[in-house]
Amino acid sequence: MEEHTGLPKTFEEFVEARKQGFLTVKEFKENGGKLAGCLCSYTPHEILDAAGVATVGLCGTSNETIPDAEKVLPKNLCPLIKSTYGFAYSDKCPYTYFSDIIIGETTCDGKKKMYELLAELKDVHILQLPQGQDRPYAKDIWYEEICLFREAMEKKFGVEITEENLRKAVKKRNRLRKALCSMYQLQETCPPALKGTEMMLALQQGTFTFDLEKQIANIENKVEQARKAYAAGERPVSASAKRILLTGCPSGGVIQKVGMVIENNGGVIVCLDDCSGERTNKLLIDENADDILRAIADRYLSIHCSVMTPNDGRIDNTKEMVEKYKVDGVIEVVLQACHTFNVEATQMRRMVEDAGIPYMKLETDYATSDSGQLETRIAAFIETL
Amino acid sequence: MYQVGIDIGSSAAKAAVLNEGKLVKTLLLDTGFSGRNTADRIYGMLEQEGITKENAAYVATGYGRISVPYADRTVTEITCHGKGSWFLFQENGTVIDVGGQDTKGIMLKNGRIMKFVMNDKCSAGTGKFLEVMTNRLGLTLEELSGLASLGNPVVISSMCTVFAESEVISLIGKGTPREDIAFGIVESVVEKVVQLISQVQGDQYFLTGGLCEDEYFCGRLSHSLKAPVKSMPEARYAGAIGAALLAEE
Ligand code: SF4
Ligand code: SF4
Repeated sequence: MEEHTGLPKTFEEFVEARKQGFLTVKEFKENGGKLAGCLCSYTPHEILDAAGVATVGLCGTSNETIPDAEKVLPKNLCPLIKSTYGFAYSDKCPYTYFSDIIIGETTCDGKKKMYELLAELKDVHILQLPQGQDRPYAKDIWYEEICLFREAMEKKFGVEITEENLRKAVKKRNRLRKALCSMYQLQETCPPALKGTEMMLALQQGTFTFDLEKQIANIENKVEQARKAYAAGERPVSASAKRILLTGCPSGGVIQKVGMVIENNGGVIVCLDDCSGERTNKLLIDENADDILRAIADRYLSIHCSVMTPNDGRIDNTKEMVEKYKVDGVIEVVLQACHTFNVEATQMRRMVEDAGIPYMKLETDYATSDSGQLETRIAAFIETL
Repeated sequence: MYQVGIDIGSSAAKAAVLNEGKLVKTLLLDTGFSGRNTADRIYGMLEQEGITKENAAYVATGYGRISVPYADRTVTEITCHGKGSWFLFQENGTVIDVGGQDTKGIMLKNGRIMKFVMNDKCSAGTGKFLEVMTNRLGLTLEELSGLASLGNPVVISSMCTVFAESEVISLIGKGTPREDIAFGIVESVVEKVVQLISQVQGDQYFLTGGLCEDEYFCGRLSHSLKAPVKSMPEARYAGAIGAALLAEE
């Protein structure tokens, strides 16, 4: 494993935007910046914040590096996992390339086994998640993991992670969470104040901004502007657009393929119900808790994701969202070979249909080969609403 | 005022013309290489009968719906098959459309689409599968059904068209009677279709698309579904008829 300080060998072949990305991160590192790559909503960001380490989301959302990844990983694996690994393998992502460490969790089988191979290329720290939240000792196990993580980061970066800094980090992260929730809530009105895809793109951009303060400001600005424009009578979405809740696997890789297609065919995404949405971000951390580390641990463990069993909390939450956002139809995206979301889709479908709302599941990957077919299904679904 | 529906499928293009709520004309063409070309040919054929932009509204559907430049709008084949089938059958049930590259199941209730399913990228259980197999046996579709009705059960287990083709080749190699192979091929399609539409089950079914006049196929489907499967010659045009119904004046 090598620490990267220089540029990758293939740098000269990159297009301008990518070169620029590399140069920006290189500069950040040269000025003493530390960078951790994160891949999941369960990553306790506050620990890294308090260690003075910037975080960046490395969740693979592009098909580009999948052929590279398939030299090592099996074909029949979730595209998110392949794409993420492929970026590390091919040195094509500046954030992956320059990250000092990558933080993973024992979530789904594909991811946790991929980390073993990723560890050949990068320094990786794995947090072991319990398989469910309902055992009396689950919280303790996870708390122990967080303590280990804290120690590991202190050692790796030669810093002390103080209680004061943890509290500061919690406050800041809570602000980000509140800002994100106020962005999601822009969609409550009919018609909503934003296109859902605009929101998805803003979110994606956010994960690449390593200045947290700036990230919060960007979101707050966006919300402010959208509110003003709406108050001034601007309506970016037609009032007749069908209101869609998008649930399932992380949707960052299918913004074009599913998100845009929904919004180009008479629909609008009013609720983004993947793990980067309201379900996760409405969970705040008690800033004044006696044991702040415990409070951090408890909050992260309470996130509802299909990797947990049981996971009724996700279904219950979606039920609430369907009412809150006056949803006309639910579309679930399952990434190819994602067993946990795919199986859980049955429970999701039952709940949605029992609520009298049409439901459609799409299984897809990041390739464009099924775009025509997907477009027909999405357009037809919206036509029937 | 005429209402014209144009359904550009992956292998066949269909057109239907309505006048005062009645079906007055249908056309059937090979889609060929260019959907755009086919669409222009349809326009020309209708023009000769006095149906033009001046006195008609056009809606395009099907996989090539975007290649009909004179269409007033496009609607997906799901909605169109649903509407068209309701026009033809006027009863609650599930529409089964075995198309050139997609197979769909559409649950209809009081003229509304309640739910639909469509096969994924794979061509098992579609017209494509039958086309590959009939070519391999050197038969037309009618001949295949005719032979199958005389055959004894042979199982073709591969779902994938490519693997199933090799399976057929090895059956031919082993000297399995053609009737039996034909039987296996039809059953394979029936099985896949039944599996696909298990989520949109109905008390009765309506078969639309290119296989609608194939009594043997209808019979086998009905046998597997344990429910009646109705069809009629016009059902081939269900998509186009649905599109025509959606063409506003
Ligand atoms: S879907 Fe679950 S496992 Fe995947 S990133 Fe989100 S929380 Fe983590
Ligand atoms: S989408 Fe599913 S398979 Fe892919 S990384 Fe997330 S949990 Fe794992």
